[in-house]
Amino acid sequence: MALQTLTYTFPGKTGCTIKKEWSHTGVVGSGDLEILLEQKAQAGAVSVQVVTPVHGFEYIWEAVLKDFVEENQIGDLAVSINDNNATPFVVSLRLKQALREAGIPEIFLEREGEKT
Amino acid sequence: MDWCRLKEDRESRLKQGDAYRIEKKLVAAKDTGRLLEAVIRPGDRVCLEGNNQKQADFLAEKLCRVNQEKVRDLHLVQSAVAMDSHIKLLEKGIAKKIDFSYSGPQAAKLAELVQKGKMELGSIHTYLELFGRYFMDLIPRVALVAAVEADREGNLYTGFNTEDTPVVVEATHFKQGIVIAQVNRVVDRLPRVDIPGDWIDYVVEAPRPFYVEPLFTRDPALITEAQILRAMMAIKGIYAEYGVQRLNHGIGFDTAAIELLLPTYGEQLGLKGKICSYFALNPHPTLIPAIESGWVTGIHCFGGELGMEEYIRNRPDIFFVGPDGTLRSNRAMSQTAGHYACDMFIGSTLQIDEEGNSSTATASRIAGFGGAPNMGCDARGRRHASEAWLKCGEEDGMRRETLGHMPRGRRLVVQMQDTFREKMVPGFVEELDAWNLQKTAHLPIPPVMIYGDDLTHIVTETGIAYLHKCTSLEERTAAIRAVAGYTPVGRKAEREKTKELRRRGIVKTPEDLGIDVSDANRSLLAAKSIRELVEWSKGLYHPPVRFKTW
Repeated sequence: MALQTLTYTFPGKTGCTIKKEWSHTGVVGSGDLEILLEQKAQAGAVSVQVVTPVHGFEYIWEAVLKDFVEENQIGDLAVSINDNNATPFVVSLRLKQALREAGIPEIFLEREGEKT
Repeated sequence: MDWCRLKEDRESRLKQGDAYRIEKKLVAAKDTGRLLEAVIRPGDRVCLEGNNQKQADFLAEKLCRVNQEKVRDLHLVQSAVAMDSHIKLLEKGIAKKIDFSYSGPQAAKLAELVQKGKMELGSIHTYLELFGRYFMDLIPRVALVAAVEADREGNLYTGFNTEDTPVVVEATHFKQGIVIAQVNRVVDRLPRVDIPGDWIDYVVEAPRPFYVEPLFTRDPALITEAQILRAMMAIKGIYAEYGVQRLNHGIGFDTAAIELLLPTYGEQLGLKGKICSYFALNPHPTLIPAIESGWVTGIHCFGGELGMEEYIRNRPDIFFVGPDGTLRSNRAMSQTAGHYACDMFIGSTLQIDEEGNSSTATASRIAGFGGAPNMGCDARGRRHASEAWLKCGEEDGMRRETLGHMPRGRRLVVQMQDTFREKMVPGFVEELDAWNLQKTAHLPIPPVMIYGDDLTHIVTETGIAYLHKCTSLEERTAAIRAVAGYTPVGRKAEREKTKELRRRGIVKTPEDLGIDVSDANRSLLAAKSIRELVEWSKGLYHPPVRFKTW
């Protein structure tokens, strides 16, 4: 089936971007996806581009990505995703792993610290 | 008044059938069709032995080729509709009605036959329920069973795959019915006697061994991170929380993941000896690492599993074996243990609705549920206590209103569920496809595998819902929505309500359980491939060829 490109922009936190300039995670195996995270100063916004063969689930992508941005309090970030039929759980998991590999913002570490 | 009509009928059938005996109980394979025509009458209730494992496939094929002047309109009463020959019987009109438990691979064809009006569907049962009816209103007039070996007196050795044979033969023989056995070999002396010869009327040596499906072999290589996460959550949030010692596992990859996490994650949590000591379970190859690590005290098996023969022979303290060293499985007994002696059933399903009802039925498939409903329910007749059972009962949020102050336990009935499966098929739905199937297949009720009021826990990647703690149906729906992820059902969850349920311990997220989602990876599996299972077994497990990739 033809690939489609979805784009989203979410408001995020200014300056709360990843530590590395860019970071790549994952492989486009069946049921999986690859993620490229890049620093991008855009007034705190998180912009996302998803390339996926699956049609009709735009609203789920939006919900998964929105939760990712809000839960991790990130911003000034460009996210590019190449998807190959990953379930929402795998998408969330890979995003979490991608963020960890890219170096998570200080604010996130502080919140982790509060819990312990 | 004639009080002996069944006996007279039996004798008249035997008189015709005896024409084909070659020696004592033996009938030549080439005469099988004529034997069936001699002893089966139009409209008979016939049990063709076969379940989700072994099949009396040779007798089934011969029955497909009988002269329909002599044999037709049969009423099949049997555990499984599994073989092409079973469907052919219905298509040809040799059989016109069926009562069964499980239809796995033939589920779609069965639905098609019902829709075309080619057959009458009796009822869908759980195994023990169907066995019960064998002694009540569905007594087989003729049973066609399968065994490994027989002697000339008709004694049967069912060995590793005893499964349904004892219950089928008992019901048929003692109500003056006729029992015919197909065997792989006729021998002078059996390794042991599983079925006494005077319960068997005819023995046919089949030209090839009976068919067995390795239904319970799960390749660890296919276990996903989501399954590992759910397994971690279940071990920590349910097995450890309740101290579950006696249980049954479903057939899927979720419980295979749990089995493979016991010697690793379970060990880290210090749970050895505190959980999973006793199982009512088929001999799952994925349980080998836990057995070898000393987790398991005992296992009683419903049936056999191809490739596990030698392993079991060498672990007689764990399994039930005969004096010959071979496993004695017994479906009726294991289902009894599963119903009364297990504190927990844990499995997976295709769909769960907002009230917690679950089913594997879809509009175009009549699949049946095998043994799941018998174990996936509270055993209302149970009177002995155990830690897990008592704790689950104490936590019951609605018990006070129905029972008052009397202490009573409750079985844990757990469903592990992908919020989305492959191709984004949701695991949670507003209405089960079972309702649709009820209409298309003209069933009196929607076929439900586990009812909502029996279900105590749901485990998804999002969280565990402790449904039995809920104080109303409304609250239970909220708890189900809270763990249903991004499915249409999950998107109805209200953030504030979910927070409240988490505060009260009715919903626990991985975070609430102290589990880091990114720790869920395949390195936790005690064996990551079939080959590693073989290594764990010290070479005693011999996987079927289709599972060998090396």
